[in-house]
Amino acid sequence: MTVSRRTLFAWLAIAAALAVVGAGQSWSLALSIANLCLISAVMALSVNIQWGYAGLFNVGIMGFAALGGLATVLVSKPPVPDAWAAGGTGLLGALLAAAAAVALTAGLARLLPRNRWRAPLLAVCLVACYLAVRALFDPAVDAIEAVEPAKTGYLGGLGLPILFSWAVGGLFAAAAAWVIGRIALGLRSDYFAIATLGIAEIIIAVLKNEDWLARGVKNVTGLGRPVPYEVDLQRDPDFIDRVAWLYGSTLEGLADDARVAALRDLVVQSSGLFVKLCYAGLFVAVLAVIFWLSERALRSPWGRMMHAIRDNETAAGAMGKDVTRLHRQVFILGSAVAGIAGAMLVTLDGQFTPASYVPLRFSFLVWVMVIIGGSGNNQGAVIGGFLIWLVWIEAEPVGLWLIDALTAGLGEGHGLREHLLEAAAHTRPLVMGLTLLVVMRFAPRGLVPEHRGR
Amino acid sequence: MLPDLLHAIVLLGNYVVVPGLAYASQLALGALGITLVFGILRFANLAHGDLMAFGTMVAVLVTWQFQAWGLGLGPLPTGLLALPVAILAASAAALAADRLVFRYYRRVRSAPIVLVMASVGVMFILNGIVRFIIGPNDQSFSDGARFIIKAREFRQLTGLEEGLAIKTTQCLTVAVAVMVVAALFWFLQRTRTGKSMRAYSDNEDLALLSGINPDRVVAITWVIAASLAAIAGTLYGLDKSFKPFTYFQLLLPMFAAAIVGGIGQPLGAIAGGFIVAFSELTVTYAYKKFLHYMLPEAWEPAGLAQLLSTDYKFAVSFVILVLVLLFRPTGLFRGRLL
Repeated sequence: MTVSRRTLFAWLAIAAALAVVGAGQSWSLALSIANLCLISAVMALSVNIQWGYAGLFNVGIMGFAALGGLATVLVSKPPVPDAWAAGGTGLLGALLAAAAAVALTAGLARLLPRNRWRAPLLAVCLVACYLAVRALFDPAVDAIEAVEPAKTGYLGGLGLPILFSWAVGGLFAAAAAWVIGRIALGLRSDYFAIATLGIAEIIIAVLKNEDWLARGVKNVTGLGRPVPYEVDLQRDPDFIDRVAWLYGSTLEGLADDARVAALRDLVVQSSGLFVKLCYAGLFVAVLAVIFWLSERALRSPWGRMMHAIRDNETAAGAMGKDVTRLHRQVFILGSAVAGIAGAMLVTLDGQFTPASYVPLRFSFLVWVMVIIGGSGNNQGAVIGGFLIWLVWIEAEPVGLWLIDALTAGLGEGHGLREHLLEAAAHTRPLVMGLTLLVVMRFAPRGLVPEHRGR
Repeated sequence: MLPDLLHAIVLLGNYVVVPGLAYASQLALGALGITLVFGILRFANLAHGDLMAFGTMVAVLVTWQFQAWGLGLGPLPTGLLALPVAILAASAAALAADRLVFRYYRRVRSAPIVLVMASVGVMFILNGIVRFIIGPNDQSFSDGARFIIKAREFRQLTGLEEGLAIKTTQCLTVAVAVMVVAALFWFLQRTRTGKSMRAYSDNEDLALLSGINPDRVVAITWVIAASLAAIAGTLYGLDKSFKPFTYFQLLLPMFAAAIVGGIGQPLGAIAGGFIVAFSELTVTYAYKKFLHYMLPEAWEPAGLAQLLSTDYKFAVSFVILVLVLLFRPTGLFRGRLL
C-alpha cells in the first residue's frame, strides 16, 4: 500500500475542513461529523467491494444498512416476556409453516411433469400455502402487538451488549444478500440495479409495517451504548480530576467560586467530547479491520480474479471462472459490510427509525462517495466517504449562509428571500448531483485513481 | 342472489377497476417514456421519476398562477391548461440533460452502466431543483368538479346498496392517455421521423448507413419521453397529489411495466402498465365485503381478507419484474434483450 501525494493532500484537506468546522462552529460538532464520516467510509468500502472489485451496480445499500440497524434492536433490547407468552409460539409456528410451505412448493415444482397443468397447480399450491400461513401468522402478530403497544408491542431482542449487533448486522445483511443474489444476480447490470433498488424499498416497507419485529414506525429508542453515558462521567470523580488536570492552566488563576463553576462547565463539555471520541475509536477500529481485510483480498489471487471478471466477463468465463458464483460472493461480502455500517450508525444514534431510511441518503450518496473517491481503490473510497459526507453536511449551512448573503439586499421579510432561506436544505442533492457529474466527466477514475498494472 | 352479484361487481368496479384504469394509464405513459429511452438510447434512465416530478412541478406552479388570474376550464381542472407549459419545461430539461451530460458518454461509447450512473447524477439535480423550488411536501392542485358521478347519486340512480364513484380526474386521465397513445402510435407508424426512430432502435448501424441523423432521433426521443413524463406526472398529481418522493418511488412500477411489456415495445409498455397496476390493486384490495356478497353467511371471513397490506405494493411490481426477467426476459411482446 502506497500513500500517494494526492491521498496525502486529500487527507490534509479533510483535516483542515474538520478543523474549520471545529473552530468556526464547535468541536463537538466536528467530532460528530467525523464519526459519521467514519461510518460513511465503511459504507463506501461496501460499495467499492461490489462495484470497484466486481462491477456490480447495487443501489440497494439502504436496505442492507437497515437490516444492520434491525440487528441492533434484536440483539441489544431486552426480550418482552409478555409478548413472547402472548404470541411467541404462534409466530414461531407460523414461520416454521412458512418454511414447510416453501419446501412443499419447491418439491412440487421438481416432481410435477412439465405440462400445461404445472403452472396453475403450482400457483394454487402457493396461494393455499400463503393463506394457511397467514391464518397462523395474523393472530400471533395481533397478540404480540397488543402487549403494551405504547411501550413495547414487539418481541424485544436478546438483551446482549450492543457491540455484538455489529457482527450480527453483517450476518443479517449477508443472509439477505444470499437470498437476493440467487434471484437477481445473473441479470444484466441495469436490471440488477433496478432489482436492488426495488429490494431495498421492500426491506424498508417490511421494517415500517411489521410492528412485532421492531415496532415499525413507532421506532425503538433508548438502545444500549458501547461507551459510557455523559451523566455517569460527570459524576465520576476520576473523570473530574482528569479534566481539572487537563485544564489546569486555565483554571489556575480563578477565584474559588468561579473555579468551581468553570470546572463544572468544562466537565460537561469534556464528557460529551469524550463519549464521541470513544465512538470514534470504535469506528476507526472497525474501519481499519475492514480496510485491511479488503486490501488483502484485493491483492490476493481472488482479487485479481475479480478484476479480471470486472474488466472482461466473457473472457473470464471462457477461462473457466464461475462468474455468477463469484459475483454472488462479492455481493454477499459487500452487503455484509453495509450491514455492519448500518448497525454502527444506529448504535451511534441510539435509536432505530425505519422512516429515516431514504434512498438518496443511503444508497445513492454512498455511490457518489465511491465514484468521486476513486472506484476500485479502497483508499479512494474511504477518502470519498469522508469528503462527501462533509460536503453533504456542510452544504446546508454554507448554502444558507450564501443565500443569506446574496439576498440580504432584498430586506427582511421579502417573500423570495424567506422561501430561499427555507429551501436551503435542498441545496444538498443539487450540489451532490453536480459534483457527481463533474467528476464523472472530467476525472472518471475519481480523485484517487485505482492503481493499475502490477 | 342477483342483487348480491351486482353489488359485488359494483364494489369491485368502485375500488379496483376505476382507480386501476386511471393508475394503469399513468403507469403506461411513464413506461412508454422509459421504454423509448431504453430502446433508442440503450440505457435505463433512473432520472425518469424525477423528470416526471419536474414537469408536474411546473404544471402545479402554472396552475396556481392561472388560478390567481382567475383562468380556468370550468368543470375540468386548470392543470390541463397548464399541461403545455409543463411539457415544454420537461422537454427543455431533458434536452439540456442530454446536451450537457448524456451526449458525451454516447460519443465516447461508454458502457450502458456509465450512462445509468450519469442518470443518477441528473436525478439528484432534478430532485434538488424540485425540492428547492416547491419543497418536499404534498401539494394539491386539482380543482373543477371533483366527481362525474358520486357514490350517493349512483345509489339513488340504480337503487343498489353499493355506490360507484368516478372522479373527473380518473376519467380525464384515461381520456388523455388514450389520445396521447393514439397520437404516439400514429407518429411512430406513419410519419417519416417515427419510422426513422424505429429503425434506429432496431438496428443502429443500418439506420446510420441509411442516412438517418442520430442527433435528431435522440433529440426527438427525449422530447417525446419528457412530454409523456410531464403528462403522466400531471395526471397522477391531479388524481392523487403531488409529492416529489412519491414520483421517485413510481420508478419501480414504471420500469416493471416497461420490462414486462418488452423493452422498446410501446404496445408492451401499455400492456405492462395495466398488468402492474391491476396486480397491485387486486393483491392489496381487502375482499371482506366482496366475499360478504359472494359467499353464504357461514363462510364469511373474519379478517379483512387482504392478501397483502397496501404498504407492500412495491413488492408486487418487484415480484412481477423478477418473474418476467427470470422466465421471459424479452417481455410479453418479445422486446429486445439488452
